[in-house]
Amino acid sequence: MHSSVMPTPRQGDGHPSPAAVSTIDLRKSYGDKTVLDGIDLHIPAGSVFALLGPNGAGKTTVVKILSTLITADGGQAQVAGHDIAASPDGVRAAIGVTGQFSAVDGLITGEENMLLMADLHHLSKREGRRVAAELLERFDLVEAAKKPASTYSGGMKRRLDIAMTLVGSPRIIFLDEPTTGLDPRSRHNMWQIIRQLVTGGVTVFLTTQYLDEADELADRIAVLNNGKIAAQGTAEELKRLVPGGHVRLRFTDPAAYQSAALTLREATRDDEALALQLPSDGSQRELRSILDWLDSTHIEADELTVHTPDLDDVFFALTGGTDKPKETVR
Amino acid sequence: MSSLALAVRDSSTMLRRNLLHARRYPSLTLNLLLTPIILLLLFVYIFGNTMSAGIGGGGRSAYIAYIVPGLLLMTVGSTVVGTAVSVSNDMTEGIIARFRTMAIHRGSVLIGHVIGSVLQSIASVILVGAVAVAIGFRSTHATALDWLAAFGLMALAALALTWIAVGMGMVSPNAEAASNNALPLIVLPLISSAFVPVHAMPGWFQPIAQYQPFTPVIETLRGLLLGTDIGNNGWLAIAWCLALTALGYYWSKAAFNREPK
Repeated sequence: MHSSVMPTPRQGDGHPSPAAVSTIDLRKSYGDKTVLDGIDLHIPAGSVFALLGPNGAGKTTVVKILSTLITADGGQAQVAGHDIAASPDGVRAAIGVTGQFSAVDGLITGEENMLLMADLHHLSKREGRRVAAELLERFDLVEAAKKPASTYSGGMKRRLDIAMTLVGSPRIIFLDEPTTGLDPRSRHNMWQIIRQLVTGGVTVFLTTQYLDEADELADRIAVLNNGKIAAQGTAEELKRLVPGGHVRLRFTDPAAYQSAALTLREATRDDEALALQLPSDGSQRELRSILDWLDSTHIEADELTVHTPDLDDVFFALTGGTDKPKETVR
Repeated sequence: MSSLALAVRDSSTMLRRNLLHARRYPSLTLNLLLTPIILLLLFVYIFGNTMSAGIGGGGRSAYIAYIVPGLLLMTVGSTVVGTAVSVSNDMTEGIIARFRTMAIHRGSVLIGHVIGSVLQSIASVILVGAVAVAIGFRSTHATALDWLAAFGLMALAALALTWIAVGMGMVSPNAEAASNNALPLIVLPLISSAFVPVHAMPGWFQPIAQYQPFTPVIETLRGLLLGTDIGNNGWLAIAWCLALTALGYYWSKAAFNREPK
């Protein structure tokens, strides 16, 4: 499917929730190269938003603009109610940013990094120590606290990075590829951390090139490709945009399988697994008609599972992945 | 918090950070200190008797007196090369991006570097000065006021050279480039009146030695510490320092405000 025919689902139904981040027609180019070609986003407060896209799609540029690190060439953006161009300091006071490359001071210890943040957030000495100790504890960095941050592993650096971001209790947190380069365990730790952040009520703006990560964490996902939003919505909504959904019936008794296979002629057979696949978009109505049909033909599967296309399918459909660069997906 | 209070508070936080770096990794500063100290010993003990002919005789002890002001200034030059390197290193670190996205006084990162560097320069000057005194340097004519003025001029020169070095560090893509770009701060004192008087140099070279910032500052220091004639060098020295400070300040600020890639 080509990206130009993909609809961009409209946000909301006349009840706009207060936006933590909203952008209209955000643009940025470097010389002749257009990096962002009109980005519209609306991210409700307290949600997790994932900006998903291949390398070079412009994800980091979006984060840099919204976090006031660089300026946009055109369009408008509001972050935490502040216009990024008119009131960058208002934005800065409300956000925390953890970039793709660790933003820790490697020459000083983890604890000193935390106290540095506390000082820059103008906490009192006592308060600063308390917050630093608490966050070091929470991110399992107590043992390493007195060692220079340059000696930390990738996962530890990333944890320290996020701990530093949290010192000022930001309402909106930007995480630019927070798990890139982490081993699976650290990656799952990071997911855990991100989930905890949301329960605290903060808004998380996450960029990732990993589909499972967006699927796992985000309330809403936007797929960025070639500087444009190719599609956005919940993971489920996005999955419905591409074909490939089916209902799978699995049998334990070969005889039952054979008789079912003869009845359900349009099903795809998997003789080895004793399973049949019926195409379905996963909607309630289709599911009910399948169930009714199975009842009427007295077929009783031992296991019924509904499969929607996963985000891989969506991603490649939307980003025009004709060459299916599977190796970029873990 | 008023913007001035914010500036002071954030700058002092950044200063603490820079001093912490210097304390944790003193090798850079100490290595740079070796140059003026080695030059001092070399010129006094190895070349001293011969070189003193250039200043009209008087042997080794007269030559110590002659070169110490220049070497003290060279010490400042060497120290700020370290500043250029550490600024350049710092700018490649992700933490600078973090600072830029925080609601802090924007200039505090640079101000922290500058104050830290001036303090290091002063400490280095005191150290090299102590070595000079240990090998026989005596300021024969200086009153307490002269000492104070000399100290003030050194601090002003340190401020000027630091801002220039910060600018050099800002525009250098990495530490090696920063160290190369800062080379004039080492070379200029060599071709000033630090080691021999300007009038003892070849005629065509004299303008180069004369019309550069180090010479009037060195001549003024010499006048303050040893009672030689200062003439208009005092005003020239102050003008050079203020001009370089302003230049370095605006250069660094522009470079820092330039959009990061």
